[in-house]
Amino acid sequence: MATIPADHESFDAHHDHAHDHDHDHKPSFFARWFMSTNHKDIGTLYLIFAIFAGVIGGAVSGIMRAELAHPGIQYLAFWTNFVGGDGADLNQTLHMWNVLITAHGLIMVFFMVMPALIGGFGNWFVPIMIGAPDMAFPRMNNISFWLTFAGFCSLMISPFVPGGTGHGAGTGWTVYAPLSTSGSVGPAVDFAIFSLHLSGAGSILGAVNFITTIFNMRAPGMTLHKMPLFVWSVLVTAFLLLLALPVLAAAITMLITDRNFGTTFFDPAGGGDPILYQHLFWFFGHPEVYIMILPGFGIVSQIISTFSKKPVFGYLGMAYAMVAIGLVGFIVWAHHMYTTGLDVNTKMYFTAATMVIAVPTGIKIFSWIATMWGGSIEFKSPMVWAIGFIFLFTVGGVTGVVLANGGIDDNLQDGYYVVAHFHYVLSLGAVTSLFAGFFYWFPKMSGRMHSEFLSHLQFWVFFVGVNLIFFPMHFLGLQGMPRRYPDYAPAYEYWNHIATIGYMVMAVSIVIFVINIAYALLAGKKAAPNYWGEGATTLEWTLSSPPPFHQFETLPVIGDDSHH
Amino acid sequence: MSPFEFVRRAGTAFRTAGHIMAGMAATAAIAAPALAQAAATYVPAKPVEGKGQPISGAYTFQDQYSPIGQEALKMHDYVLIPVITAIVLLVLILLIVVVAKFNRRANPVASKTSHNTVIEVIWTLVPVLILVVIAVPSIRLLAHQYEPAPKGALTVKVTGYQWYWGYTYPDNGGFEVISNMLPPAEAIKRGEPPQLAADNRMVVPAGVPIRLQTTGSDVIHSFAVPSLWFKLDAVPGRINEKVLMVNKPGVYYGQCSELCGARHGYMPIVVEAVTKPQFDAWIKSQGGTVGGAAPAAASAAAAAPAA
Repeated sequence: MATIPADHESFDAHHDHAHDHDHDHKPSFFARWFMSTNHKDIGTLYLIFAIFAGVIGGAVSGIMRAELAHPGIQYLAFWTNFVGGDGADLNQTLHMWNVLITAHGLIMVFFMVMPALIGGFGNWFVPIMIGAPDMAFPRMNNISFWLTFAGFCSLMISPFVPGGTGHGAGTGWTVYAPLSTSGSVGPAVDFAIFSLHLSGAGSILGAVNFITTIFNMRAPGMTLHKMPLFVWSVLVTAFLLLLALPVLAAAITMLITDRNFGTTFFDPAGGGDPILYQHLFWFFGHPEVYIMILPGFGIVSQIISTFSKKPVFGYLGMAYAMVAIGLVGFIVWAHHMYTTGLDVNTKMYFTAATMVIAVPTGIKIFSWIATMWGGSIEFKSPMVWAIGFIFLFTVGGVTGVVLANGGIDDNLQDGYYVVAHFHYVLSLGAVTSLFAGFFYWFPKMSGRMHSEFLSHLQFWVFFVGVNLIFFPMHFLGLQGMPRRYPDYAPAYEYWNHIATIGYMVMAVSIVIFVINIAYALLAGKKAAPNYWGEGATTLEWTLSSPPPFHQFETLPVIGDDSHH
Repeated sequence: MSPFEFVRRAGTAFRTAGHIMAGMAATAAIAAPALAQAAATYVPAKPVEGKGQPISGAYTFQDQYSPIGQEALKMHDYVLIPVITAIVLLVLILLIVVVAKFNRRANPVASKTSHNTVIEVIWTLVPVLILVVIAVPSIRLLAHQYEPAPKGALTVKVTGYQWYWGYTYPDNGGFEVISNMLPPAEAIKRGEPPQLAADNRMVVPAGVPIRLQTTGSDVIHSFAVPSLWFKLDAVPGRINEKVLMVNKPGVYYGQCSELCGARHGYMPIVVEAVTKPQFDAWIKSQGGTVGGAAPAAASAAAAAPAA
């Protein structure tokens, strides 16, 4: 627990207090929201952006589930016409399916999960949790957001321009060559690649910002081993971003030059190799999935500790488990390439290395349970979401252990078992941690209490819905249904139909979420500085809700007895 | 017997009747030509429900008809499934216990414990041991999958095109069979599952290892047959190679398994395994030469040993 200096109360209005904002001089609307140098405002921008993008990405998956409810093609022609194509042409209509699945993946990964977890919660709470007044580079922070926004705009143009057998990029979020080079004539794939360049640059700059901030701007007394675990999670994530994203940038730049400037990096006719692209992409792609989950781990640690009223069990083990996951995450990439024709020793190595990651991950699961053990648990909604995370992430994690075995993966690669696995760890893992963090911190950010009842209700409806969508996909994968298919043999209809029903249930939960936010902003009770009680011991709970425009202009001093 | 084994056997019992009848038909076909081999003909066999194709509502792997498939299925059903079920149940039970024993009402004062070296060592070492238990059959399975085909094995080269397959038989004259998906109405008319049926099948002899090579002509495709536990990407500029062995005659369906453009979902794979006499007859009917047992030194050398 941070110790606030005794003479804190006597400082005048400029300093951090539960004062209202009259004394905080805030910039004008345009300067404040379009030229921000405030980590809290930029965090808010990222969160609003992520919600907006998430609704679009989720709507795309709704179109997909509607199409997959029954065999045959029912709705794709409409959407083909929508993007300016010809819905009467079957090839264009089928291409539209590939455009939808590509858009869904790119939007959810780059414009929903990452902006929300890192741009949103990272920006909001890392500086506060380490007792800093802002990030190390406040203006570059703003650039990161607007680069991400620009990237999203480029992606939104992509579906409406030619991209192969129709409009839009139909390559999957993995953008494999040669489908994405010689197989996709037209600017759509270039717009998609450009969107990754822009948002990737934003993320690299953001990573630089977080690393510098965390290493250099911790308040006196806050050693690395006293930092909250959420800060640790963002630190490890930032290193992953810094080291992995440049490799993606190289890979997709080579796609651009193959497509537009006559190079043949991935074209065998010119001495190139399609498999080179896969190595480069997945060298980024595997750390990317840890980038998407590690901040969620940090959030869950904070919440479990708060509502159990106990410090996290085995703090050092938790922090270094995340470091281990990050490090090992860089040397397992080819488990995404098991069927490409790898040499036997390579395949055996990647099988063994991938299984190793289960160890630090298991340590975290058991440590969270041990944190709750002996605690005095209050089941506020963030805690319910966090406990849900622990169970659902475990289910997703064990199917990952199954897939890690290269010989087993041979019959599951590119099928629905893989889709089930990564949606369990992402939709049911990362997204659950997002909602947990949202309800944990929303009153702190907005100053208004949400409805706990609606948040609980949303959890249970969401839980039923997403399990209905994704659990049957394990069965489809085991029975051999391939992924990225708009249509399927009649034997696959049974579970597909159930999955679509699950989507409709999940959609209801999102409506509940929207109602809850509206209620909170319009009629929610004013939030106290610490509305969760004695278990909430990190620095944000010492500030007003919302915090003043500038906090910690005088740094807090962290006492010897405090630890996190 | 694991629940999966029970389900498998129950399903098999119902399907045995169909198998017996198909087996009798195959035996009749084999028995007759023992006297007059030249009289064997190839007639495309009808698929059998539940064999080589998915089953509605099923929640396990398709039944396996290759040695690798049987080994892999055993590892999945007897090693992986028990381990992952136990882990999920353990976590679930612990969470339920925690919720029941340590809620605010049951336990008003939180403990301060945040370390216990013994338990931390246990929950690090036990997962390592479990992973070793999984790794042993896993690495062995990989070693078996990479055993090369014997010298005289038949070679079949599979080429993925947008959006159909080509099956070339270099040992038998080098003819290529082009295989397109059947329109749904036509598939149903022939008694085959729509979306899976194709006009020309990849015919291979049953019971012998086959050197199967894949390549792509335009973009990456992937040749996959779930009931034979076989999947190998078809990459332009590259020849991948793996052994395929089909235990017994039958029709086995698969689908392209790497996104390859608009009709990625419309280029199915049909492998039909037949007896040797029937295979020879089929080769002849395609205009190829039978008995190309000459190890076709050309094809063996040309295969970039990606395996």
